[in-house]
Amino acid sequence: MPNPSLRPTWDPFRAEAIIADHAQMPGALLPILHALQEEFGHVPEPAVPLLADALNLSRAEVHGVITFYHDFRHDPAGRHVVKLCRAEACQSMKGEHTASHLLRRLGIDWGGTTPDGSVTVEPVYCLGLCATAPAALVDGEPHGRLTPESLAGIVEEARRA
Amino acid sequence: MNTAPISPIRLLIPQDVAALAVGAERVVKAITSHAAADGTAITITRTGSRGLFWLETLVEVETPAGRIAYGPVNPQDVPGLFNAGFLLGGAHPLRLGRMEDHPWLKGQTRLTFARCGIVDPLSLEDYEATGGYKGLRHALSIGPAAIVAAVTKSGLRGRGGAGFPTGVKWKTVADTKAPQKYIVCNADEGDSGTFADRMIMEGDPFCLIEGMSIAGIAVGATKGYIYSRSEYPHANRTMRAAIAEAYRTGRLGTDILGSGVTFDLELRVGAGAYVCGEETALLESLEGKRGQVRAKPPLPAHKGLFGQPTVINNLISLATVPVILAEGAAYYADFGMGRSRGTMPIQIAGNVRHGGLYETAFGVTLGEIVEGIGDGTATGRPVKAVQCGGPLGAYFPPMLFDTPYDYEAFAQRDGLIGHGGVVVFDDSVDMAAQARFAMEFCAIESCGKCTPCRIGSTRGAEVVEKIMAGREVDANLALLEDLCATMKFGSLCALGGFTPYPVLSAVRHYPEDFRRRHAAAAE
Ligand SMILES: Cc1cc2nc3c(=O)[nH]c(=O)nc-3n(C[C@H](O)[C@H](O)[C@H](O)COP(=O)(O)O)c2cc1C
Ligand code: SF4
Ligand code: FES
Repeated sequence: MPNPSLRPTWDPFRAEAIIADHAQMPGALLPILHALQEEFGHVPEPAVPLLADALNLSRAEVHGVITFYHDFRHDPAGRHVVKLCRAEACQSMKGEHTASHLLRRLGIDWGGTTPDGSVTVEPVYCLGLCATAPAALVDGEPHGRLTPESLAGIVEEARRA
Repeated sequence: MNTAPISPIRLLIPQDVAALAVGAERVVKAITSHAAADGTAITITRTGSRGLFWLETLVEVETPAGRIAYGPVNPQDVPGLFNAGFLLGGAHPLRLGRMEDHPWLKGQTRLTFARCGIVDPLSLEDYEATGGYKGLRHALSIGPAAIVAAVTKSGLRGRGGAGFPTGVKWKTVADTKAPQKYIVCNADEGDSGTFADRMIMEGDPFCLIEGMSIAGIAVGATKGYIYSRSEYPHANRTMRAAIAEAYRTGRLGTDILGSGVTFDLELRVGAGAYVCGEETALLESLEGKRGQVRAKPPLPAHKGLFGQPTVINNLISLATVPVILAEGAAYYADFGMGRSRGTMPIQIAGNVRHGGLYETAFGVTLGEIVEGIGDGTATGRPVKAVQCGGPLGAYFPPMLFDTPYDYEAFAQRDGLIGHGGVVVFDDSVDMAAQARFAMEFCAIESCGKCTPCRIGSTRGAEVVEKIMAGREVDANLALLEDLCATMKFGSLCALGGFTPYPVLSAVRHYPEDFRRRHAAAAE
């Protein structure tokens, strides 16, 4: 994952290049959306007409796909992204309690970003870490057997880095 | 001073994401720097996990007496391990001996997971030294019809949830004429409590490539897709590297193993939608669309990806094919009970002491899984509920622990084996909250096509909320039953259709959790 703080702002030429790179694949839209989000941290609105053009779709169709999938962000995320599991195995190990601690500490709700733009917390439903629950991905790195304290420590460390 | 060059001592440490989640990387670092400071030559091979997650980070050392394991190792244990001479297999409180002799592994029958955690996942040399590509070579020698016959005879049923006979599905695609056919691997492992697909992608990816190649030969498909999840970045990285390696060595492409047969393979990644695990929604998603469920017929076997005949199978179904071809259908079918043949990688998760992947023949009871193999709860409190088969599966109380792990026996008790997930809860769980979550999850993940699923689940969550608040409990419980009936019979797929199972099982087996506030509110 590129360092989020070094992410380029919207760049139509870069976006066009990314789209052109994938446009010939069968079923190209999802791979392109992933690539755009990887580059820009979200799927910027001005990308929609470019995608529609390149893939011969209506803007509404492109928009419909983007909004269908939980992964695609409409706004930039914070510099650090915490994906916290809310599914059953993590619930069984007090995952919700651990999560609410973090959210309260950061003063945000699910999907929110701290006012200083440093941390976004997003819900996920299972990371396949269900035997080392509760679990999270912090900037893509896995963490298991979380407690309110350990999670706070991990997030603070990421924030300082 | 002895200056003769000594070959470095080989250690094996998992790179499985569950090991990373409990600090494997820090253990590797501590061992590497300690060895460097000592001037001891070591090499570390990163493997998948053997699936005993309470023992992660598991460190194995190659010694003349075999691989000696230590675990669970934390970075602060490392100096002590060096002092104990662990590089020679020395005694230490964390020493486990040879993993082959460990009771948790000895009790298993590892057919699909025979290599996972043992080999270097990206080494074809390791793969072939442990029987890899024996199945494909045999498949090439017997031809398509005999492959399909072998898979049918093995009794293998789909491991994605529905338990449909794999051989029958393949035959349908084989018998359908078309210019292009596809093999699609469903690796959208979204069920809470499951990680078998992930472990194969991280620990034995060539096994999946081999299985998909065999499927391609069997039905005449030259192109395969693996549809994985964005929640699995590590698995996706390893899987992509394995595909590249297979291409580089002529095991994928236009002439696999010099046979003249073409099989191309590509990994695609979903975008956080549970419903995309449903096979037709998955195909829509692969085509670049919203992941909405298609009405059946047509079956994917007739009109699947891009309108062409398509085999879509769960990853474990496909990764089990090589051993069936290599060892024979009868060998596989010999394991199991009734119409559940072979083995199932049971994934024991949640609030459990010994969580992990346990592959065993069908027929073991749920109680043996939870209390015996899993050794009860991690918190040490009594087990209250076990959810089997993911978010659409029923909650089982200990009273039903005599249920044998078998598709039909579970169905008889309104339960689901599904993809093999078993999630344990202790007595602190509030089953009304679990019922509410089942409805909420359905509402979040609904593809939106059917009203009972889309609206019913939102209503359902509100109704449970009212029950939890002690408001008109009897009337609301009746309403909940009604909603569940509507969802069961008015939903196109199992997301809406099966969400009632966890909900109603919670109501049925734990009435006190739905009435407690009622009593309190009435006081
Ligand atoms: C909501 C929903 C989610 C599903 N998720 C998965 C999944 O993550 N993985 C999977 O293999 N099958 C999943 N299935 C089952 C698939 O629709 C299909 O039965 C399976 O991929 C067929 O492969 P198999 O015969 O090898 O099991 C899901 C079904 C539904 C209704
Ligand atoms: S039951 Fe739900 S998820 Fe399934 S097709 Fe209907 S609306 Fe979509
Ligand atoms: S349920 Fe949280 S990682 Fe699987």
